[in-house]
Amino acid sequence: MIKALLFFCGMVSVLTTLGIVGILVFETWGFFQHVSFKQFFGDTQWTPLFTNQHFGIWALVSGTVLTSAVAIGTALPLGLLAAIYLSEFATKNFRLFVKPALEVLAGIPTVIYGYFALTFMTPFLQNFIPGLSGFNALGAGIVMGMMILPIIASLSEDAIYAVPPSLKEGAYALGANKLATIFKVVLPSSFSGIAAATILAISRAIGETMIVVIAAGQQPNFSFDPREAIQTMTAYIVQVSLGDTPTGTLAYQTIFAVGMTLFLFTLLLNLFAHHLRRRILKGHL
Amino acid sequence: MKMKWKNVFGGIILTVLIVSGCSKKGGDFKYVKIDGSSTVFPISEAVAEEFRKKDANIRVTVGIAGTGGGFKKFCAGETDISDASRPIKPSEVELCQKNNIGYIELPVAYDGLTIVINPKNTWAKHITVQELKKLWQPAAQDKIKTWNQVRAGWPNRPIHLYGPGVDSGTYDYFTEAIVGKEHASRGDFTASEDDNVLVQGVSTDEEALGFFGLAYYEENKNKLKPLPVDDENNANGRGPVAASMETVMDGTYQPLSRPIFIYVNQKALNRPEVSQYVQYYLENAAVLSREVGYIPLSKKAYALAQKRVEKRITGSLFEGHGSQVGVQIDVVLEKSLQ
Repeated sequence: MIKALLFFCGMVSVLTTLGIVGILVFETWGFFQHVSFKQFFGDTQWTPLFTNQHFGIWALVSGTVLTSAVAIGTALPLGLLAAIYLSEFATKNFRLFVKPALEVLAGIPTVIYGYFALTFMTPFLQNFIPGLSGFNALGAGIVMGMMILPIIASLSEDAIYAVPPSLKEGAYALGANKLATIFKVVLPSSFSGIAAATILAISRAIGETMIVVIAAGQQPNFSFDPREAIQTMTAYIVQVSLGDTPTGTLAYQTIFAVGMTLFLFTLLLNLFAHHLRRRILKGHL
Repeated sequence: MKMKWKNVFGGIILTVLIVSGCSKKGGDFKYVKIDGSSTVFPISEAVAEEFRKKDANIRVTVGIAGTGGGFKKFCAGETDISDASRPIKPSEVELCQKNNIGYIELPVAYDGLTIVINPKNTWAKHITVQELKKLWQPAAQDKIKTWNQVRAGWPNRPIHLYGPGVDSGTYDYFTEAIVGKEHASRGDFTASEDDNVLVQGVSTDEEALGFFGLAYYEENKNKLKPLPVDDENNANGRGPVAASMETVMDGTYQPLSRPIFIYVNQKALNRPEVSQYVQYYLENAAVLSREVGYIPLSKKAYALAQKRVEKRITGSLFEGHGSQVGVQIDVVLEKSLQ
């Protein structure tokens, strides 16, 4: 009896996933009955709700890629340096204090990050960058970088920590100083761990919704200029599902087509990250 | 991943518990259900609040599904009153007829759609309706991208557009008044159903141009600059006219002044709680609409609306054509009563 109950609980997540994938595929199929692949992949304007309809997914993909790139550009250097500092330099007491503080960042609701980007980061950046719109990919991306910082810092630190002391001692024995040891020996040995952390962080950034809905604007824009307002795939889904879109219409189906694209993006990244982590566990560094 | 699903599952259970806990109906409350436009919401809510003080046994709920969403529920018989920032559309008239829902249309206030720019914009002093059309029509999409394309003499700088989303009655009215066809506009602008987002966008972007209801401009006067509009018709005010309480009231702010409405279900009006609420609404709309930032109709118009309720005159003053431009409410109301 208990076993059956537990089995059921375990199956809930599996069935939910299957259900989601099933609905995504079904509705996306319906979408492509009306819109050709050429319209979807061969256009750079995305205006399915308006009279002058265009279905160029690249306008949304570029928004997602742009904000995620800014986020990783912020989080990777900061996170990696923080990880190096924590595992190699920090005193034990300081580490005990800083690491939880860093992880608290991950617990802040993203809606707060969103308004932080909109009402603090963007006005702050406007002091240095003339022509920065009130909604822009840059401010949203930087704040998103802060949000994923703990993922990178924490997982990278684990990877760095796992480097066998014998390797480091070997480097010291050969006369390397501390910095040379870190950059020539420790980092290369923990590369796959750091890469896995980065990829997980990227897929978190791609799926992030609230920050970009609030701070990046809601304008599909095929542009890689971070000063402009953009719309990400997730923000589009939110925009449409907030209104009164009747089921079965093309507008309704667009959110599934976009959702499918998003799903494939994160699925590929997660598979890749999974693969890297397995390699670490097996000991192939 | 595993952690996440667990949370979701827990969340569902919690939600079910909360919802089932709340759905117990206590006492003998009577309900008046309202849904529809977020533009009309402030007035309906203000009236509901005052009304509650009068009779605590009547519960008035006001939703904000948007004008279109409100009519969908109204014509399915789910709500007693529908808030609307534009007159009912033919497709909605049909839906109501199909479900045998009769409705009484009551104008409750005026709104003036305000064209706003950033206070740091030094070049634009006014804009004509023709220029607005050139800028917002569907053909402008991906083509008109700089200020000097709208008017020679304005700088060669990008123009960033902000406006309400396609589910809003404000969007419907704007497209009808400016482009000439309801629901036709370019699609490459920042579209949000939340007017505060638009205020934020325009107030932080030197190259911005946006539009929304007068109430939101009045509330954020120090962060925005209104752009006077010239309809090039001297019959209603010569030259460019800026949106304000006065110009909307005297009819010179054209074509962007519009009446806003409530639609009352004819059968529901036989219930005393609904008819009391409607009565109270028309008696107090003049004061309360001003309080929340809209422009009251004339005293005569409210009296005429009152008569419409007494005589139970159903149907739309606008013959179900949706948004119409340049409407003088008193005149239309009077005609319908003769």
